[in-house]
Amino acid sequence: MTSVSYEDLVKPDRVHTSLYKDPAIFEEEIDRIFNKTWVWVAHDSELPNPGDFVTTHIGRQPVIVNRDKKGEVRVMLNRCRHRGATICEHKKGNAVGFVCPYHAWTYGQDGSLKGLPLPKGYKDFDKSEYGLITLRTESYNGLIFATLNDDVQPLDEFLGRAKPWIDLFMKQGGGFPVKTMGEHKFTFPGNWKIQLENTTDAYHFPVVHKSFLTSLDGDTEQLFSFMDAGGYVEDLGNGHSVMVMIPELVDLEANLDDPIPDRFAELAEDLRQDHSEEEVLRIVRAVTGTGFNVNLFPNLACSMAFFRVLRPLSVEETEIRHIAIGMDGGPAAANQARLRLHEHFQGPMGFGTPDDAEAWERVQRGSEAGEDDIWIMLNRGEDKTTTNAGDVTAETGMRAAYQMWKKMMVA
Amino acid sequence: MNQKLTTDLAAAAEFIWYEADLLDQKDYQEWLTLWDDDGKYIIPIDPLETDFENSLNYAYDGAAMRDMRVRRLSSGQSMSAAHAAHTLRTVSRFRRLENDGDDNVHIRCAQNLVQYKFDKHGIYAANVTWSLRPDGDSFKIVRKIVRLINSTDALAGITFLL
Repeated sequence: MTSVSYEDLVKPDRVHTSLYKDPAIFEEEIDRIFNKTWVWVAHDSELPNPGDFVTTHIGRQPVIVNRDKKGEVRVMLNRCRHRGATICEHKKGNAVGFVCPYHAWTYGQDGSLKGLPLPKGYKDFDKSEYGLITLRTESYNGLIFATLNDDVQPLDEFLGRAKPWIDLFMKQGGGFPVKTMGEHKFTFPGNWKIQLENTTDAYHFPVVHKSFLTSLDGDTEQLFSFMDAGGYVEDLGNGHSVMVMIPELVDLEANLDDPIPDRFAELAEDLRQDHSEEEVLRIVRAVTGTGFNVNLFPNLACSMAFFRVLRPLSVEETEIRHIAIGMDGGPAAANQARLRLHEHFQGPMGFGTPDDAEAWERVQRGSEAGEDDIWIMLNRGEDKTTTNAGDVTAETGMRAAYQMWKKMMVA
Repeated sequence: MNQKLTTDLAAAAEFIWYEADLLDQKDYQEWLTLWDDDGKYIIPIDPLETDFENSLNYAYDGAAMRDMRVRRLSSGQSMSAAHAAHTLRTVSRFRRLENDGDDNVHIRCAQNLVQYKFDKHGIYAANVTWSLRPDGDSFKIVRKIVRLINSTDALAGITFLL
């Protein structure tokens, strides 16, 4: 595949079906996108204490994210410098260092090689040359990103216009820091970009999620019936976008004087035992999350009330994590409400996710049909601009992501 | 094991098999009648978790959520449920556990469920623990906890009840 043909596969209003099913394109996506840009790896709250770590992936490469005793967060390749074994297979934990299980090469929290058995077997061996490979790591408002590309632009610049939206998203801590509260992890047999598109696709919501909508109480159903509620999708640059579905839930610290909706009366009453009225208003308003999704190219979405993280496994297999978030140090009743809301929609047994996954699988299956002249259409709706209010069902976010895709694939 | 325990175990096993058959037949309305009003249907993520209320689960259903779940699966409004997988579950290895200081019958058993959808079979193996309240000549379910042995792995959409 030459870069010229990538130009031909992504048009302003459509993309070629081969983007979902050509293994050669997938291989190049790993090299040119996941190995070249900032990839989200963890949230600060997953590593509260020195020594805490999680293991994850950047594209296909296994990495360890940890916090050293000085509090610094590092991202290191999960690969022993001797013969390549992963040095940690735990999903999370706390460790003063890492010992390779194969020949017991031992690394410190900072990745430095501390020791190895029978060192006399090596001549002129300089341990300082064999530390774990440490990646460039930067974070923004609790979101930790790393990159395999030392020459990439600063994270701050990469996130650019998405940053104010990340700040708004984090207000759902309700006056407390945001913390992760577990995750639903699932796979679907389809290409990763089908999921990338979905977090910026409001058009599917009333169709695919009808069974979720009808399970809600009247007021909540009204809230989620956002086809005509003044929402919009905006291209934020670098492949990022925001989809605003519920404009009144953009800034959770605005309109705090509004009356508490009936459906939260019981929760509010419960909270009043330990919190001032001002705190109660703030917590109740934050408890259901924000009214928008920020899509960060290529692997994270800050989606209403959770983080959506995607990981490409193969051209037609994708792993998705829906990470629940809550209020760190916040009231148990509020966090329980958030957990139940997450369970209600997300996960393999949620009222939403299985229908999404079915739709995505159907896209992968259906795109086997037809010849080269049938395209995946992204031509719906007008983009939000300074002079145009936009449309919540516009496919603006997908167009933005695919233009970034093209830019990176031909670079 | 004394005679009383064996009798209870046999009765509980018969009840659990009945519940398994209802779920495989997708007779969800009848399934709803098996529950105690305060019964909890729980599918945890962490196999060692005991504080389900303060943790993220796959399902943590009281009566209202069970009703809604059944409505969703039966409504025709959910595309995954409209093409629900066929399931066949085998339940065995029943063992009576210590009472929790109540009169309920506590059972742990093994459940091996095979699902079939879109030309593929899938296996969901789980330890299931039950708290059953004697009710006339049958039981009501006070708690059913399904601990999938691969609960911390990535799962695909589950379009049936475990």
